[in-house]
Amino acid sequence: MPQPATPPPPFDATPAGAGAAAAAAGASRPAVERFAARTAGMTASEIRALFAVASRPEVVSLAGGMPNLAALPLDELAAEVADLVAREGQVALQYGSAQGVPALREQICEVMALEGIRADPDDVVVTVGSQMALDLVTRIYCDPGDVVLAEGPSYVGALGSFAAYQARVVHVAMDEHGLVPDLLREALRSLAAEGITPKFLYTIPNFHNPAGVTLAVERRTEILEICASYGVAVVEDNPYGLLGFSGRTYPALRSFSRDVVYLGSFSKTFASGLRVGWALVPPAVRDRLVLAAESATLCPPSFTQMLVSRYLSAHDWRAQIKTYTEAYRERRDAMLDALATYLPEGCTWNVPDGGFYVWLTVPEGVDTKAMLPRAVTARVAYASGTGFYADGFGSRQLRLSYCYPPPERITEGVRRLAGVLEAELDVLRTFGSPARPAVGSGPQAPSPHTP
Amino acid sequence: MAVLAGGLSHEREVSLRSGRRLAAALRESGVDVREWDVDSSLVTQLRTDPPDAVVIALHGGEGENGSVQAVLELLDVPFVGTAAQACRRAWDKPTAKAELAGAGLDTPDWVALPHSTFRALGAQAVLDAMVDRLGLPLMLKPDQGGSALGAQVVTDRSEMPAAMVSCLAYSDTVLAERFVRGTEVAVTVVNDGPELRALPAVEIDARGGVYDYTARYTPGTVAFHCPARLDDATQARLAETALAAHRLLGLRDVSRMDAVVDEEGRVQVLEVNVSPGITETSLLPMAVRAAGMDLGRLYSALVERAIARSRFT
Repeated sequence: MPQPATPPPPFDATPAGAGAAAAAAGASRPAVERFAARTAGMTASEIRALFAVASRPEVVSLAGGMPNLAALPLDELAAEVADLVAREGQVALQYGSAQGVPALREQICEVMALEGIRADPDDVVVTVGSQMALDLVTRIYCDPGDVVLAEGPSYVGALGSFAAYQARVVHVAMDEHGLVPDLLREALRSLAAEGITPKFLYTIPNFHNPAGVTLAVERRTEILEICASYGVAVVEDNPYGLLGFSGRTYPALRSFSRDVVYLGSFSKTFASGLRVGWALVPPAVRDRLVLAAESATLCPPSFTQMLVSRYLSAHDWRAQIKTYTEAYRERRDAMLDALATYLPEGCTWNVPDGGFYVWLTVPEGVDTKAMLPRAVTARVAYASGTGFYADGFGSRQLRLSYCYPPPERITEGVRRLAGVLEAELDVLRTFGSPARPAVGSGPQAPSPHTP
Repeated sequence: MAVLAGGLSHEREVSLRSGRRLAAALRESGVDVREWDVDSSLVTQLRTDPPDAVVIALHGGEGENGSVQAVLELLDVPFVGTAAQACRRAWDKPTAKAELAGAGLDTPDWVALPHSTFRALGAQAVLDAMVDRLGLPLMLKPDQGGSALGAQVVTDRSEMPAAMVSCLAYSDTVLAERFVRGTEVAVTVVNDGPELRALPAVEIDARGGVYDYTARYTPGTVAFHCPARLDDATQARLAETALAAHRLLGLRDVSRMDAVVDEEGRVQVLEVNVSPGITETSLLPMAVRAAGMDLGRLYSALVERAIARSRFT
């Protein structure tokens, strides 16, 4: 039956959760005006809407950086979880130390030793994924307006953290050997001329996200020396370091200097859903970091830490990493083959020697962000390049992830992408290569689809 | 009964939110509801476990262009909303605008052209002709689709090529429309009783900005006034226009007309939606609330009507 139309008093409202209350009070002030300025970028976006489609199985998503967990021994892990609850449930399900479970911190030091790091477990702070470590480090270093140096392009989640604390990102370009020392020097010199000392250099030296390149070993100490000479801290983010395809492990920046703030993670080498990462920090930073962590979460989850700890002590985790790496190498090869086979002329890309990503440059005039709807219609998704820059660059680039889909899906995805590029180039031939603004509105809030 | 949401259109995320909101409202009204994300198993599911009726909360693509409706008709599944053939007409914006204009309703002057025309006739010449005719600023939007995805206001001739490229990434045909200044409104039309009726108009105050995707789905960025801050005569004209558009396009059960009341007080119809958004920031639920109605009860009445309708056909 129809309802009687008995209108209540008119309302002026924003339809947020408190819309009804606002209406009752006759308030017309949008909720957005009550938000802090640092949330300005945290809005709905067309790009995020399109990624909702990318999660469907019909779409080949080359966008997300989800690790391939297919190779994990789930039965053994299930038994481990059951045993953990049965034997140590009273501890695992209880609050724990803000700094993290001591046994795990010792094991983390063993993991880091593979990359030449000698560390004291007391200097390790376990966090809810290394993303949290990054957030906390930014929180304790950056006031609004402070400058952070980062490679251009850089990890979208880092840019999101920097934006959330209103830090200004200055990008330093890379070449095929990673961050270019001369360009770093130049950036620091020109900032110094303005009286600006950046708070830190944020760098991903190994199998970079999104650029796929690795910082040459001979540049590592040089980068540290340059930063030290300008009084700039170094934050080394190294989630992919153990995922090299040539069997080579590179010495961490932290292995050359104890002043480096090092961020590590079990997300890529074990299981991303457990959200266990860490920061290894100089003693002077540690106490502040622990207090910041405490205010954020009280303590990292005891349960997941203890599970990781058991996994590291009872399982051959090195063999598991080798299994992962072999799978990623196979996928990388499938992607490189498909790129060479299908992509139109004018595309260039790097050949990653580890990690998850290929960074693709498309022909002049193509804007990869504007092209994304066409790609989604064609059932393929990628991460457009501008998200990896804080200053609007990257419109000609996109990131392709080969970590998750099986090789035949990767081939199919690249084939679809090639068709999308051809269609976009066809439109560009009609309209010319329209001039687009060189700078954009900066990074959007990090998306779970672009870890 | 089943609420269909999700799917593979560009508006998947919005649709999932609409579906969740609608399902919750129906449950509160005591209706037993399943939520279905539409995929290749839909037909099999409808055959093996047919619901009493379906509500379509799909936005964009198959959910609005009549495809899903045609399948439901094929399977004799009662559904709330417009029949397949009329969906096709309303979905294609240039077709719908031509029908509205032909019947004497005001709609901003427009031209819709596919990419192939620009390629064949020379883009610059055609773009120049478009700007000369429609003036600046003008609206560019994909000829199909909603949530303002791909829609842009072009303020300068030099922006046209880039805007065309962006728009053509959503659809192969672009609709260029004269930009109308005035009061932006949405009028929901429902047929939950013997008479088709228009709910109070919702006025959209984008506060100097554009009512684009971000504004639509970021709570708090836009202020809404319901009923709209317009005089009674204008409100009445809005209601009449929305009812006329609904009837003219052969729509059924529920629709939402988006319009601008221009500076001369004329109602300029922008488009008519057969599957209006039902998210927490959507316009239909605001109109329902302003009318003193309940969303769940409204849709359960529409479901009853859909079931009754199917018994007579």
